Amino acid sequence: MKRNGPLALAFHVLFVGFMLAPIVVVCLVAFTPEGFLSIPTSSFSLRWFKAIANYPEFVHAFWVSLWLGALSSFVTLLFAVPAALAIARYHFRGRDLLSALFLSPLMIPHVVLGIAFLRLFTAIGIGGTFLALLIAHVVVVFPFALRLTLAAAIGMDRSVEMAAISLGAGGWTLFRRVTLPLILPGIVSGWALAFIQSFDDLTMTIFLAAPGTETLPVRMFLYIQDNIDPLVTSVSASVIAITMIVLVLLDRFYGLDRVLAAKGDAGRQETP
Amino acid sequence: MSAVIDTAPATTSTAVPTSGTRAAWTLALPALMLFIGGVVIPLVMTIMLSFHDWGQYKGIEQVFILKNWREIASDPYYVEMFWRTFRLAVLATLITAVFGVPEAYILNRMSGPWKSFFLLVILGPLLISVVARTLGWALLFGGNNGLANKLLMSLGLITSPVRFMFTETGMVVALAHAMMPFMVLAVWTTLQRVDPQIENAAVSLGAGSLTVIGRIILPQIMPGVLSGAIIVFSLSASAFATPAIIGGRRLKVVATLAYDEFLNTLNWPLGAAIAVLLLVALVLIVVGSNALIERRYAEVFR
Repeated sequence: MKRNGPLALAFHVLFVGFMLAPIVVVCLVAFTPEGFLSIPTSSFSLRWFKAIANYPEFVHAFWVSLWLGALSSFVTLLFAVPAALAIARYHFRGRDLLSALFLSPLMIPHVVLGIAFLRLFTAIGIGGTFLALLIAHVVVVFPFALRLTLAAAIGMDRSVEMAAISLGAGGWTLFRRVTLPLILPGIVSGWALAFIQSFDDLTMTIFLAAPGTETLPVRMFLYIQDNIDPLVTSVSASVIAITMIVLVLLDRFYGLDRVLAAKGDAGRQETP
Repeated sequence: MSAVIDTAPATTSTAVPTSGTRAAWTLALPALMLFIGGVVIPLVMTIMLSFHDWGQYKGIEQVFILKNWREIASDPYYVEMFWRTFRLAVLATLITAVFGVPEAYILNRMSGPWKSFFLLVILGPLLISVVARTLGWALLFGGNNGLANKLLMSLGLITSPVRFMFTETGMVVALAHAMMPFMVLAVWTTLQRVDPQIENAAVSLGAGSLTVIGRIILPQIMPGVLSGAIIVFSLSASAFATPAIIGGRRLKVVATLAYDEFLNTLNWPLGAAIAVLLLVALVLIVVGSNALIERRYAEVFR
């Protein structure tokens, strides 16, 4: 195969610069020693990171997001793991319809989902509560957990299970001692991808969050709507740092390319 | 939009055919209940809501009328909003195709470690908070002497500053940036299936690089480009954070309009009608273009 020429490499450098520019700028401005938006030239300062502590709304929203992300991605796995096993192992009538339904949150615009949830939760009287946010997030992150669990369940070596069955294992023991450990990498990365999705969701959550249950993206969005100052850049830089940490962990555990593929082809036509 | 998602994996070798149907349904039942309660019922309620009446003082009245739908179809304010959304989504899709396709091709020709490194750099932003990314664009756009303008002027690409903030230009740039990874990934995945020997054969027969790209590579990756375009279009048309932050309060799109009806005006039935129309329009566009692509490239999808 031919190598890239100088023109192609120049294009590539500009492209990567374009992709990274907004992220780099946020991280740079976060370290400004000034009281206004500026890119630090002579000295870096942590003053705006320290300032986050004096703004309890951000701190509270951070904890809401963290708990919501951790809980919803755990609860969603309780539904997704059995569903993935059903889809991976059985051919039954309605199987295609079922997997289409399970992946539908990827295709329905989040603004529509947010409105639908708001309508439902107001009707049953739990609007604005943490429980409402939890249910909504469990549904929305389900496809991501399902995809990675499904990939693990399909790739699993069934002969190990057969061996366990022949040795007398069955039911719960079979699942807990054989199946679960074998698909665990898929489950853990499914959890992590679901966590990132929940942690980052704005469009749906903004319809459901009330004062007290505002998540970090919602708080940041509402703050930016009023004014943009270095404080919100240091909050954003912290969010970027947290995402990076989860990504590095994911890469160690599972391989980031596979996770990104599951996230990237949201609703993409898969060719058999 | 079930027709576009076909993730039923090929499991012919391992799956137990037809036997154990009851076991399968038992396993899938909790998730099915969750989705009936958490997706189907709320969507049906939203559709019903769009036919209800609303007044400033009487609130929501549970009747069946077409008032909201008629208002969206006839009021130029709402018609313009849908057109703007469509326009922005088409432009963002074109930009991601024009820049994302060559980039995927260049990426694919890099050597191993560089390829995976840059793939990570380009796809990584997908997982970074969209609020943080859009904030970055707001900082870059700034006023007339924002960084983006300074850079473009120093490169000699423009002579006078371009207004990015609170304009459709800025919205398109930020949207294209947010959607770029989806296009690169879709094209890159298709490129993996292209046999490099075909390219080599063309070169050995005397084809120049432009001929190779135009006549050998492009026709083979077209299905990937088109499915990438469908993803980018549907996500751009329903984007919320980027238009809301870059477009400001006045330059609204469908998603921000629905948000305003729900949380500011409190006219829920009208907001529901806007949301349902967005959903229906996207389903029709996505399913329709998928069907067209599948017919056109039947041999590729077989």
